[in-house]
Amino acid sequence: MQRIRAMIIKELLATVRDPRARLTLILPPLLQLVVFALATTLEVKNFDVGVLDTSGGAASVAFEERLSGSRNVGRVVRLHSADELRAAIDLQTVLAAVVIDQRFDRDVAAARPARIGVVLDGRRSNAAQIVAGYLGAIAASVGAELRPDTAPQAGPASVLRNWFNPNLEYVWFTLPSLIVIICSVSALSVTAQSVARERELGTFEQLLVSPLRTHEILIGKMVPPMLSGLFNGTLYLVAAATVYGVPFTGSLLLFYTSLVVYLLSLIGVGMLVSTLSRTQQQAFLGAFLVTVPATLLSGYAGPVDNMPAWLQTISLADPCRHYLVIVLGLFLKAMPAREVWLNTYPMVIIAAVTLSAAFWLFKAKKE
Amino acid sequence: MTDAASVSDVSKRFAKSPQAALDHVSLTVRPGEITGLVGPDGAGKTTLIRILTGLLHPDSGTVAVLGAAPGARSVDIGYMPQRFGLYEDLSVQQNLSLYAELRGLNRAERAAAFAHLLEFTDLKRFQTRLAGDLSGGMKQKLGLACALVKTPRLLLLDEPSVGVDPVSRRELWAMVQGLLGSGIAVLWATAYLDEAERCARVFLLSEGKIVFAGPPAELAKSCEGRIIRLTGFAGSRRDLLVRALDQPEVADGTIQGDAVRLLLRKAGVPPDFAKIGAGTALRSEPAEARFEDGFIDLLGGGPPGTSALAQDYAKVPAQTGPAILAAHLTKRFGSFTAADDINLDIRRGEIMGLLGPNGAGKSTTFKMMCGLLTPSSGTSAVGGHSFAGGAAAVRARLGYMAQKFSLYGDLSVAQNLAFFAGIYGIRRDRQQARIDALVHIFALERYLADNAATLPLGYKQRLALACAVIHEPPVLFLDEATSGVDPINRREFWCHIMGLVARGVTVLVTTHFMDEAEYCDRIALIYRARQIATGTPDELKRLASGDADMTMEDAFIALIAKADAAREAKAA
Repeated sequence: MQRIRAMIIKELLATVRDPRARLTLILPPLLQLVVFALATTLEVKNFDVGVLDTSGGAASVAFEERLSGSRNVGRVVRLHSADELRAAIDLQTVLAAVVIDQRFDRDVAAARPARIGVVLDGRRSNAAQIVAGYLGAIAASVGAELRPDTAPQAGPASVLRNWFNPNLEYVWFTLPSLIVIICSVSALSVTAQSVARERELGTFEQLLVSPLRTHEILIGKMVPPMLSGLFNGTLYLVAAATVYGVPFTGSLLLFYTSLVVYLLSLIGVGMLVSTLSRTQQQAFLGAFLVTVPATLLSGYAGPVDNMPAWLQTISLADPCRHYLVIVLGLFLKAMPAREVWLNTYPMVIIAAVTLSAAFWLFKAKKE
Repeated sequence: MTDAASVSDVSKRFAKSPQAALDHVSLTVRPGEITGLVGPDGAGKTTLIRILTGLLHPDSGTVAVLGAAPGARSVDIGYMPQRFGLYEDLSVQQNLSLYAELRGLNRAERAAAFAHLLEFTDLKRFQTRLAGDLSGGMKQKLGLACALVKTPRLLLLDEPSVGVDPVSRRELWAMVQGLLGSGIAVLWATAYLDEAERCARVFLLSEGKIVFAGPPAELAKSCEGRIIRLTGFAGSRRDLLVRALDQPEVADGTIQGDAVRLLLRKAGVPPDFAKIGAGTALRSEPAEARFEDGFIDLLGGGPPGTSALAQDYAKVPAQTGPAILAAHLTKRFGSFTAADDINLDIRRGEIMGLLGPNGAGKSTTFKMMCGLLTPSSGTSAVGGHSFAGGAAAVRARLGYMAQKFSLYGDLSVAQNLAFFAGIYGIRRDRQQARIDALVHIFALERYLADNAATLPLGYKQRLALACAVIHEPPVLFLDEATSGVDPINRREFWCHIMGLVARGVTVLVTTHFMDEAEYCDRIALIYRARQIATGTPDELKRLASGDADMTMEDAFIALIAKADAAREAKAA
């Protein structure tokens, strides 16, 4: 016990006193708390729309007014010719352009179905789709106002209700997910450096000739990433609930239990990278090599269900994937213990496999 | 003749460093001779060379290189940085081509230049080998070849011989000497004082100041008549040396074969021989002064002999079996045999030296003996316990100190000591007392809160020794533990080791300093993976040539030449 204690103290001191390690521990989580939460959103707000109006009647003016009144639309740019429209889309001054031709007002007046054209910037396909939806909604409501007689019968056929996130707040998804991402980045990078740093600095052999046993060395090296992961998890939990108002509906005990398992599986992967690396630089690149696919396969960047089947199978080996389900569940829908366990045990397996592989490799690669 | 380079009154201070790296230094390098820039690590040698190349600018003072500002005539300067400046992922040939390109050598001249250099460095067989796969000695030669790819007018060599064995060092020296005829000026930086002795002129740097400038013999001359050689004394040479060093009349002392060599503070005033228990048969004769004597004298003499570390060190109980044992140790890496049937039987209280050229299998043997490598066959044991079984318990009985002073640079001195006390299982209530005692012995009080990485080299070495002996191990493994350290600190280090050995500690040591080999009771010479000779220093000297008066370095080289000759005879 005394040896493990000395090892843990040393590892903590080495991590905290190394200016580089200190930076990787503190800066990225804080930076990403701000940047990710505000910047990575799929909502489209404040987009600019061009209008090429060759009709100029009352109906088209009403449409334009509604457009500029919408809270999602930033600026309405008036366009005067087809060439101007082309240029505006081409130079990305507008994301979409609405074309209202001469027949529009006539059709509205004559109670015929009236049409507007929409040109979208397909280079930003996702945003364009969302904008098309907005514009469709605006057109429908303008139509209902201008010709109430032709509008669908009062009382819509279906009422939308979003469970778990009634207002579809995007931060409700982003912030819990960020716990997964931040923990993986910090735990992997801190662990990956640990053995590689000793190897590079020449202290590794000093450890190996000491009475320390392999498991004592590895346990000592697991403590700093574990603590930093728990710290980051707590930081995000608190920030999400207080600053960003994301409800945490599940059990804190389940949150921390599954977080520990998640961190163990990450540490196992990081330790593998570290034992395989000869220098800190190799370890850094190795950690990068693992972190990026782990993030992409987690379901944060795009739903796992959208991936091809073989990639979905591979993603089962990604601890981030399992923990993302747990975190979102615990935040938004009070996920019960049974469900949490169903998503935790794959991480237990990953941790067991990677940690024993790291242990074995460490022993084998001593020489 | 005009100087190839001249530096006058140059000072340089680095930010964050309390001490000036160079403090009003003046020096000249003349064509056609080797100028030695001598001093321990951290004395300012590299800083001065980098100023000459134009890589660094001095804070004050003037510098002229080949009659121009530094950096202006870089085409005519050959520069071999520490670690040889090679691209390890390029082959020998590609390294040469790259340097030819950089130095602007005509394509037409290249073929002839390469052929000459490959011949000269004996690297012809290895043209396609990656530089990273060369042995230390070969890297050094390739580094030199790259510096010479276009015949320079000034050759700057930054510690070309550090970590290189005596055979390779001698070859390199001969190669450089061969260049002098064409009027090249050479500046040779080194920490080895025996190399300084062979330079035409020497500038001795210590803590950024020139403490001596002139022909090396001049410095030695200051000690003339003050060197005595003692033989025929009673008891062991180490005990006599320790007692002699404690006497106020003695400035410095070393062991030389069966003799003890002393530098007296005043000519003709030897210590009271009866007081140091030298016995009645003692013979004292004058001996020749050397450059190193002058240097030590200049620094005010060496440390006293008695080690405070040894005084309260747990006495190692007598034991019947060997303290360290190597039986038929063999290590194979694939088809390559790195160590072949090594047998060593080291008794309690004995210092065993492991010597050999780079890449000969010395490190492999050392690592197997302290449990860092598992032998392919054979066994190694410490205190009668093999590493194969409960290795952790065996490891608890040994202390280990490596050349890079494997300390945690980001941890403070106190934290390093606490860590080693913890992992070696010293009881919590005793830890602080043990740490306090070591801090006092090694005078580390001033640095307790400082990061280990920022310590001066001599203190780093003291801290490393303190950490290695914190648990009072009965066995010590020292792997080039004094490399780059100044001679005073090296002597202090050896006084501690001699003191520990007197308490029954057993020591296995590797070193490239041949004078350190003299402290050993026995030496095993490893060459081409085999143990080619084992015996006392004098036995090895006799084995080499029948003459016990030769230096250890000469004996080393002669024995290796003998082994080569025997192998060739067998092959023929």
